[in-house]
Amino acid sequence: MTVLARAIEATRRYGDVLALDRVSLDIRAGELVGLLGPNGAGKSTLINLFAGLRRPTSGVVELFGGSPLDPAIRRGIGVTPQETGLPESFRVGEIVDFVSAHFPEPVGRAELLARFGLSDLVKRQIGGLSGGQRRRLAVALAFAGRPRLVFLDEPTTGLDVEARRALWDGIKAFHEDGGTVLLTSHYLEEIEALAQRVVVVGNGRVLVDDTVPAVRGMVGARRVSLVAEDLPELPGVLGSERADGRIDLVTTDPDRLVVELVRSRVPFSGLEIRPATLEEAFLAITSKESANV
Amino acid sequence: MSNLVLAHTRFLMIEQIRVPIGLLASSLFPAISMLAFVVPFAGQDVQGATTATASLMFFGAMSAALIGLSNAVSQDRERSWSPYLRTLPAGPFPRFAGRILSTLAVMLISVIPVLVVGALFTVAAITPARLLLGLGALVTGVVPFMLMGLFVGFVMASKAAMAVSQLLFFPMAILGGLLLPPQILPEFVQAVSPYVPTRGAAELIWWATAGVSPNAVSLIMLAVWTVLLAAGAVWAYRRDEGRRFS
Repeated sequence: MTVLARAIEATRRYGDVLALDRVSLDIRAGELVGLLGPNGAGKSTLINLFAGLRRPTSGVVELFGGSPLDPAIRRGIGVTPQETGLPESFRVGEIVDFVSAHFPEPVGRAELLARFGLSDLVKRQIGGLSGGQRRRLAVALAFAGRPRLVFLDEPTTGLDVEARRALWDGIKAFHEDGGTVLLTSHYLEEIEALAQRVVVVGNGRVLVDDTVPAVRGMVGARRVSLVAEDLPELPGVLGSERADGRIDLVTTDPDRLVVELVRSRVPFSGLEIRPATLEEAFLAITSKESANV
Repeated sequence: MSNLVLAHTRFLMIEQIRVPIGLLASSLFPAISMLAFVVPFAGQDVQGATTATASLMFFGAMSAALIGLSNAVSQDRERSWSPYLRTLPAGPFPRFAGRILSTLAVMLISVIPVLVVGALFTVAAITPARLLLGLGALVTGVVPFMLMGLFVGFVMASKAAMAVSQLLFFPMAILGGLLLPPQILPEFVQAVSPYVPTRGAAELIWWATAGVSPNAVSLIMLAVWTVLLAAGAVWAYRRDEGRRFS
């Protein structure tokens, strides 16, 4: 399959901060990739490199086989603006026309607004739109130029359930027509509903790059929390951390872990087992990664 | 490419017209000054009225260039809309060109009230050729102030840019003889006046509109200021590019 976007050993530093650390990633034509990770993990930096806003400190970032810094290359991508940054004094139709003017074959105002349920708002000023309407407009703008590849940075944050589903339908329709999507989200549900492939980043590195079912398995992890002095090596531990005298272990198989713990005859108390949240699972993967370094 | 310049210019024009504070500031103050000072005191002297009208037109133009541009550029840098624009398939040029063209357009609109007051209520007189020449001189004279506006806008945060541009604006307007003719300024001001860029611009415009022979030192200083400020604006632009887009 054709690779539309590619990062090869891409590293990005902001001063002393290492935002991306030797990231290699291919996004192939027709894929719908979910990019997950805690805040500050490097998601935005990666998208900024692909969108031509930033250059890698070292390594290579390519779009359609060329440089994202080349405006002509960027005709093939669509990016969402932050909805808080949309210029307030403009009308919805004016913004769509302005963005469309940058592309050789734009979708056109009427069709684009209809696709995102914004037709009634064409003459409204952006300053008078609700948060959800602004968000839908921001996502619509990513599709204005008939892109081959769109970058959607948290497209449905702050939307109600109905509006979220409507937007998902729009994204799915684009994908079914052959479009390629790189999507970031805080919602596991959103990634599950849309993506086929999930890339988890943490501390600037790609930690997991796998199918949705595989990652769902990791997210099905449990958090085993207990008070103990010292623990032996235990099986299936994805990550561990010590806080306030307790040790927290994240594992996919809590039963086996507890059995092994008891067998080891290490004294412990206050055992708790609960489902790990998505974020905890990522943190676990992240901390495991840094422990291995 | 030219289509994109047009699209960006139109976009920035709409922005300035929908929130017309800048436009009003650069057109109303000089028009009111015309009515309050020029009409009663210099309204009957042809050359005095003509040069005073030209001075106040430049005052408004300079406000649009220096204050308008420094505010617009500094605010732009703080909005998430501007990095979004950089993801669109256009380099920085159309936006920049649009910014300059829309500033020039707003500037030319904002000098109209002074021109109208000058024509209706004073004996200021000008031939169409001299008017055109005067507008040319106005645009030339405003270049260093646009560059100064860009410099301030690229270097400072928007609140600081607003304050600094005003702080630069009024003393320069006074020292350059835009509000009062240089002949009646205090002696120490007269000594400094030829060296400030406003004076050079004013000399150029007085020469274009009323045929007053210009002071060579002031014109040379205007050129020097333009070169220096161009270097400063380029430096500030590159510094900002390096910080936000490298």
